[in-house]
Amino acid sequence: MNWLLEPLQYAFMLRGLLAALLVGILCAIMGTYVVIRGMAFLGDAMAHAILPGVAIAYLLQGNLLLGALFAAVLIALGIGIFSKGGMVKEDTAIGILFAAALALGVALISSIQTYAVDLSHILFGNILGVSTSDLWLTAGLGFCVLLVVAVNFKQFMVISFDPVLAATLRLPAELLRNLMLLLLAVTVVVSLQTVGVSLAVAMLVTPAAAAYLLTRRLFPMMLVSAFIGASSSLIGLYLSYYLNIVSGSAIVLTATGIFLVVFLFNPRQGVLRRRS
Amino acid sequence: MEKTSPQEPARLEIENISVGYNGTPVLQDVTFHIPHGARVAVVGPNGAGKSTLFKALVGLLPLRSGQIFIHEMALGHHLDCVAYVPQRSEVDWRFPVTVADVVMMGRFGSMNWFQAPGRIDHQVVRTSLQQMGIADLADRSISDMSGGQQQRVFLARALAQQPHIFLMDEPFTGVDSSTQEATLQLLDHLRQQNVTVLISTHDLTLAATRFDSILLLNKTLLAFGPPQEVLTQENLKQAFGTHVLDMENGAMLVDDCCPPEMEHYHGSSMEAE
Repeated sequence: MNWLLEPLQYAFMLRGLLAALLVGILCAIMGTYVVIRGMAFLGDAMAHAILPGVAIAYLLQGNLLLGALFAAVLIALGIGIFSKGGMVKEDTAIGILFAAALALGVALISSIQTYAVDLSHILFGNILGVSTSDLWLTAGLGFCVLLVVAVNFKQFMVISFDPVLAATLRLPAELLRNLMLLLLAVTVVVSLQTVGVSLAVAMLVTPAAAAYLLTRRLFPMMLVSAFIGASSSLIGLYLSYYLNIVSGSAIVLTATGIFLVVFLFNPRQGVLRRRS
Repeated sequence: MEKTSPQEPARLEIENISVGYNGTPVLQDVTFHIPHGARVAVVGPNGAGKSTLFKALVGLLPLRSGQIFIHEMALGHHLDCVAYVPQRSEVDWRFPVTVADVVMMGRFGSMNWFQAPGRIDHQVVRTSLQQMGIADLADRSISDMSGGQQQRVFLARALAQQPHIFLMDEPFTGVDSSTQEATLQLLDHLRQQNVTVLISTHDLTLAATRFDSILLLNKTLLAFGPPQEVLTQENLKQAFGTHVLDMENGAMLVDDCCPPEMEHYHGSSMEAE
C-alpha cells in the first residue's frame, strides 16, 4: 500500500491527482457526444485553436485558463458563423479557423523569451504545476458543464439522433448545437492543464470510444466512459510518477491501453471473441 | 396532455400554399380541407411534391405563400399534434439507444424541458410498441433492427406522440409483408382513435380500397375526393403522363416506379370506371 500513498505526501501530487480525475471524468462525458456525433476533428481543432488565447494571457500575465476559455468560445462562435446556412461546410470552416489560430498562437509564443519550456507545458500539459486556484476553477467549470448536460440531456439526445424529430418538436436546434460547442470548448480548456492541447482529443475520444463498445444506451455509455476516463487519469499519473515520464502521455497511453483491451476482448463484439 | 380538441369541426385546412427549396417551388397554390378523422391517400408520380407537402405540414419547410390551419389555428400552435414518419429516417443507426429509448423520444414533446419520463410515458411507450408488434424488441439496440423493424420503431414513436394528425411517407414501400400488415392494423387503430391520417403511396389499388379519399398531386392539386371520383382516366393521365398505358378493354395501366433509391419496381393496374 505504501507505493500508493507515497506520491500523495506531496501537496502538488495530490492537487495534480485531483485535477487529473476531474478532467478525466469531464472529458469522458463530453467525449460521449464527440464520439456519437462524429466531432473528433472539431475537438482536436478546438484544442489547438486555444493556443493564441493562452499566449496572450501569458504575455499579459493573466490567468492562462481564462485566456484559453476566451479563445475557445471565440472559435466555437466563429465556426458557427462561417458554417451557418451552408455557406462553408462545417469541417472546412473548422480547418480554416484551426490552422489560423494555431499559427497565430505559435507566432505569439515564439516572441516570448523562454518559449521552449512554456510551449511544451501548453502542448503537453503540466499537471504538477496545478495551483489550488486552478483546481477550484477546474472543479467549478466542470460542475457547470455537467449541470448543463444534465438539464439538456433529452434535447441533446434528440438533436444528435434525429434532427427531423427535433424540428417537428420545434427544439431550438441551432441554439442547442452552439451550446454543445461551448461546452466542448470549456472541456477542452479544462483538459489543457493535464494533457495539453496536443493530447486533449485523446481524453475526449478514447474513453468514450471504449464505452461505446461496452454499452448500448447513452446514459450508461456516459457512466462507463467517465469511469474509464477517471481510471486512466489515476493509473496514468502513478505510471508517470514511478516511470518518470510526462504525465499527459502516461494518461493518454493508459486510456489507449484500456481501449485496446476492450476492442479485443469485450463480450458484445470483441475482435478476439468474435472469431471463436 | 389534452387528447382531442373540443373545437368542431376540427380539421386540417391548407389554403393556397406554395412550398419549395431554393429554386422554383415544388408545390404551387395547393388548397384542400380534410375533416377530422379522415384517412387520405396522397398519390402522384415521383417528384410530385408528396414529401414536400408533408414536410411543410410539420414545419420542416417554410411556406412561400399561403397558410396551414390545424383546428382552425395557424401552424405552430399545435406543435405536438402532428406526427411525421419520413420515408426513410435519416438517423445514425449506430447511435447508442434501445428501441424503447427511440419510442420514448416521441413523448418529449409533451414533457417540459427538465422533466424525466413518468409512469404514463412508459405506459404509452409500451402500448405503442405492442400496437406495432415489437414489444419483445423494446430493450434491443436500434442497430440490431432490420429495415422493416426500423420502420415499425418509427411508427411506434409517432404513435407515442398521440397525434391528432398522422403523416406517413411511403410506409408500404420496401418493407416486408409483416410490417405492411402491422401498418394496416395501425391504420385501423388510428381510425378508432379518430386520428386524421395522410399517407403517400405508389400503390393505387391500396389507395382505392383502403382510403376515404385520394389527393392526386403533381406540383399542383389535380383532384381530391373519394377514390372513384379521383381515379379517372383523365386525372391519371394528367398526373402520370407517359407512365399511363391504355389497354384495349378499357383498362389502363399505370407504371410508376418507386422512388429512385429503391431498387425494386412495381406497377398497379386500375379499372377505369
